[in-house]
Amino acid sequence: MSDTENSNFPNGMSRRAMLAGTAALSASLFTPKGLRAQDYPTSEVNTTGLTITDDTVTIGILHSITGTMAISETGSVQAEKLAIEQINAQGGILGRKIEYIQEDGASDWPTFAEKARKLLVSDKVASVMGCWTSASRKAVLPVFEQHNGFLYYPTFYEGLEQSPNVIYTGQEATQQIIAGLNWVTETKGAKTFYLLGSDYIWPRTSNKIARAHIEKFMDGTSVVGEEYYPLGHTQFNSVINKIRLRRPDVIYAIVVGGSNVAFYKQLRAAGIDPAEESPIVLTISVTEDEIRGIGGENVDGAYACMKYFQSLENENNKAFVAAFKDMWGEDMVIGDVTQAAYLGPWLWKAAVEKAGSFDVDKVREASPGIELTSAPEGYVRVHENHHLWSKTRVGRARTDGQYDVVFETDDLVEPDPYPEGYQ
Amino acid sequence: MFSDYSWAELGAIFAMQGFAGLILFSVFVLMALGLAIIFGQMGVINMAHGEFMILGAYVTYMTSNVFAEYMPALFGIYFFIAMILAFIVSGTLGLLVEWGLIRHLYKRPLDTLLATWGLSLILQQTYRSIFGAREVGVSIPDWMMGSYALTWLIEIPINGMFVMTLALGISLAIWYLMYRSTWGRNVRAINQNRVMADAVGINTAWTDRLTFGIGCGVAGVAGSAFTMIGSTGPTAGQLYIVDTFLVVVFGGAGSLLGTIASAFSISQAQSIMEFFLSGSMAKVLTLLVVVGILMIRPQGLFSLKLRK
Repeated sequence: MSDTENSNFPNGMSRRAMLAGTAALSASLFTPKGLRAQDYPTSEVNTTGLTITDDTVTIGILHSITGTMAISETGSVQAEKLAIEQINAQGGILGRKIEYIQEDGASDWPTFAEKARKLLVSDKVASVMGCWTSASRKAVLPVFEQHNGFLYYPTFYEGLEQSPNVIYTGQEATQQIIAGLNWVTETKGAKTFYLLGSDYIWPRTSNKIARAHIEKFMDGTSVVGEEYYPLGHTQFNSVINKIRLRRPDVIYAIVVGGSNVAFYKQLRAAGIDPAEESPIVLTISVTEDEIRGIGGENVDGAYACMKYFQSLENENNKAFVAAFKDMWGEDMVIGDVTQAAYLGPWLWKAAVEKAGSFDVDKVREASPGIELTSAPEGYVRVHENHHLWSKTRVGRARTDGQYDVVFETDDLVEPDPYPEGYQ
Repeated sequence: MFSDYSWAELGAIFAMQGFAGLILFSVFVLMALGLAIIFGQMGVINMAHGEFMILGAYVTYMTSNVFAEYMPALFGIYFFIAMILAFIVSGTLGLLVEWGLIRHLYKRPLDTLLATWGLSLILQQTYRSIFGAREVGVSIPDWMMGSYALTWLIEIPINGMFVMTLALGISLAIWYLMYRSTWGRNVRAINQNRVMADAVGINTAWTDRLTFGIGCGVAGVAGSAFTMIGSTGPTAGQLYIVDTFLVVVFGGAGSLLGTIASAFSISQAQSIMEFFLSGSMAKVLTLLVVVGILMIRPQGLFSLKLRK
């Protein structure tokens, strides 16, 4: 199941890649330009036997392209390939073009671990862009720590983790949750919350943080219900009835996958239209990708709280969206995780160039403090704890499946994977 | 547990949950009827049942696109045409599958499990290649969304009513086919004694093929209806398969009435429990009760008395 590709794109492709590359180039002023491979002899930049030649460096891409998670992970793979192509069009990293080996985790956690071992032990890749679910990350973590690999993980997740071998490019739970709760309380006057989620670690941990914040850190707010349904559950009439009885100001929904579609369709069919904002629907699990399946008309008026929306107005994002559509097709949509996945190769490039070496230990040492001014979401910086400083935003869903950004934090939100008082 | 609510609210709760249970019941019936025919009458364990349903959903998706593009004026009624098309497409695929795959395995019923599981993987990947790995959004005519407010607490979703009507209609149609038509008589005869049925001149091969086709066609219609309440994606069929087998096996294979009775009891139990417990606990308890009853009555709620 492995296919090694090099960067010899067909002619048309490479011209487009050049265009996309120049767009990104003009945006990334922090990058030292014109690094030549001969200034960085392979024997010096690679002392641990990684797959690096005088012209190329090999990395791994490890996502599910088959199975249930393929729905979610496809966007991440596309974003990572786009970033790699753009970096190569700029001349690569330390004068070396990036080649990648893509492996399929097949939505199966042991397969993820096995493929991670293959990438690190037999392919000796310099870094890996990959994983999506927490379960897959937990499965590969021991492999990465044992063989000293370096993983860029794109998904917003529950926190409570900080590995020396992982850079988390998505938000951890407190970053995503707290700003949104503050916003809905302050601007919408919400007092009562109904917490709802799919029954696994991320929604449960996230709701735990949400509950702690609602009950302990805000004034006069309370939780009137908390409920979990198995993954893949498709009948939400009961919980909708409960919500109607409790009459909360906010439905805080962390439903994922196919259940998501069922939940929003049935919510609207039961006469609770998010657009009427009574109650307000606030979610952290519906990106533009999910709306495609749910249907814009069903989720119109719901609020989502995350760090990136495709509709963000800034030059970086315009260039990114254009390049992404150019490479993968006009009808593509870009969600929060896709953008976070796009940051992975760029953060790695910046860290390698700062370290002047591909060695994992040196890249790790160089990583904290790395900044990207060219990120589509705006400026981000790597924290000592390997997560990113980033802004949190609230978007209101439109019928066309995009979000209107209605709020963003003034400052970058500090990542806090082990929040005190929330556990 | 009850103390949080007033009497009026409790009354409304039971009314609402009863109704939610009825919707769930209709969904279960729609899911299970196709399988009840195939598993019950032919003994074929059709693991690809969910994929036949999703085929119907994709047909609905394509029909909605065609109508939105070329006949926007008729968009309000496209759903009925989509359901007919879903029946035809899923049914035709069912006929082909029976001819190419299933008929070679009648003497090895356990192997049909593996073969149809393989088929379900093939179909999933086919959907993924054609429609993409992401879920597609099926737009539903406006009149079918929304709800009818009975009191301030009780609202009746229109799509729920639609699913209930459809479930009733299809159950009646299948009852008629099964117990009043020549085909149904042939199917039941074959089920009771294949060799003898063959001997009296029933075309067993063709009857089998038609049975499988009709079962798959009904699955397609169910999938089409479920675009209103669920997701349409390559692997969405997997969401239904467990519940479907649960209903059919609990009801007693081979009994149409059993399937309906089991769908009713499971859905009402789950719906009431979901209100007072969490969703996951309700599911666990439902499964425990079903397992318990099946231990005492392995043949299911209703079973045909056969001379073996």
